[in-house]
Amino acid sequence: MLVKLTSKSSLTEHQVTDENIYHQRRAILKQLGFLGAGALVAGVSPQSYASWFSDDEKPSFATKSLNYKPADNAAGQILTTEKKVTTHNNFYEFGSQKHQPVELSQQFNVKPWQLSISGECDKPFTLDYDELFTRFPLEERIYRLRCVEAWSMVIPWLGFSLASLIKQASPNSKAKYVAFETLYDPEQMPGQANRRLGGGIQYPYTEGLRIDEAMNPLTLLSVGLYGKTLPPQNGAPIRLVVPWKYGFKSIKSIVSIKLISSPPQTTWNKLAPQEYGFYANVNPQHDHPRWSQASERRITGSGVFSSQRIETQPFNGYGEQVAHLYKGMDLHKYY
Amino acid sequence: MYTLNKPHIKHNQKLLERINQLLWLKVLIHCLSITPLVYIYAKAFTGQLLGDPVEVLIHFTGIGALNLLLITLCISPLAKKLKASKLMKVRRLLGLYSFFYGVLHLTNFLVFDLQFDWSLFAGEILKRPYITIGMLAFVMLTLLAITSHNKLKRKMGRQWQSLHNLSYLIVILVNIHFYWSVKSELTTPIFYAGLTLIVLLLRFKKLKILISSRFTS
Repeated sequence: MLVKLTSKSSLTEHQVTDENIYHQRRAILKQLGFLGAGALVAGVSPQSYASWFSDDEKPSFATKSLNYKPADNAAGQILTTEKKVTTHNNFYEFGSQKHQPVELSQQFNVKPWQLSISGECDKPFTLDYDELFTRFPLEERIYRLRCVEAWSMVIPWLGFSLASLIKQASPNSKAKYVAFETLYDPEQMPGQANRRLGGGIQYPYTEGLRIDEAMNPLTLLSVGLYGKTLPPQNGAPIRLVVPWKYGFKSIKSIVSIKLISSPPQTTWNKLAPQEYGFYANVNPQHDHPRWSQASERRITGSGVFSSQRIETQPFNGYGEQVAHLYKGMDLHKYY
Repeated sequence: MYTLNKPHIKHNQKLLERINQLLWLKVLIHCLSITPLVYIYAKAFTGQLLGDPVEVLIHFTGIGALNLLLITLCISPLAKKLKASKLMKVRRLLGLYSFFYGVLHLTNFLVFDLQFDWSLFAGEILKRPYITIGMLAFVMLTLLAITSHNKLKRKMGRQWQSLHNLSYLIVILVNIHFYWSVKSELTTPIFYAGLTLIVLLLRFKKLKILISSRFTS
């Protein structure tokens, strides 16, 4: 466990980026516009150029403050800045490059929204947009997010346990797995309409958990971060957060949660089964075929020096709460 | 008679013009190669890049190195086609810039991504085939960069050309490295593979001779 001797109050300075400064980047870019020709030599996709040099600063998605029970950051973990959390995203529905989701998702319309809970249960139901925030009391949870690409962040999520939602549906004895599905709406999600932009993965994105994983108190349905509703690039209006698994398990913009009897198909596993398993538990002992998982780059801010390479912990440091779920399993076989 | 000198002066002027043209081309190459780097590093260091600045720097310099390598390989067929032999004088400069981008690509990986974890660095080079291949290409490119010096070139004689024929192998390895490194979505690496194929086909005859001599000797 990484020990940071930083007091809670020192976090705020990290977190704040003045919005004016943030917007100045456009002005600076315009002054640098003449560099465009030279940049032809180096490789950046045309889409990103279009966004660098275009004038139309569309209004960004409006988030709302939420009422919630605050978390205590007892471990004193340094949070990743809000700016970083909302501008560095893997959400291929809005482009496969990490800068694209924030740029291509601001017009995303989350109202109306329907989240259905169905399958092997006695009381299936549907939540509409407002109910996502009112049906269950919201609490803040500070979780480490470990991406399978070997970088990580620390994020203050707002939400409620998936378990409390599943309990309301009264699952029956055949409910062994839970299948999740992201919205499929190519008109709103350009990555679903364009194969190149969408990274060549099959849509809609699907994920899944074993029922005992889903019922673990750590497993969170998140509707917000940093005190406000989720921005689209982070999976508005509701997403999963499974902190002991690689980030791709934490499916975004969910429309369906289904209780089922056999293991569901999951997007990355289907695409490259030798690289991405169904379990995808954070495991420093089990390397990705193309890179080591023994360590990770903990990202705290936006600069190139705002990250630190640290050792990766088994189950992302949540072993105490979840290791028992995998007792007796060969974690190299079930990666 | 003074008029006798005139053709001589004219000749000198033409020579001067040619040198100037070459100079301007070189200045242009310097500018086009350096400014994007200054721009992207300035943004990365000041935290203005969206997404992951480390990844952006690694990809930017990697693809930049490949672009410059492909341009370098176009020079000789282009010079032949245009019958402009002076174009050949910028080939080394372009090749060295490709090498420079390659140095930065590797440096970004070691410094910003692995943060000087040398054992991880060595482990990744040995364990990950796509990195092994990339490293192999880099070592060969380094050899070419070192031997690009005029004095060495003269010293090496015919050996120089056979060593520098490695550039064809390098560009192929770099393509494999790129294709293999991609998580999903293969459009861009396939596009580059196509470009590379075209550039190599421009010298089809030479490659045929090279390959057949390898097999017959």
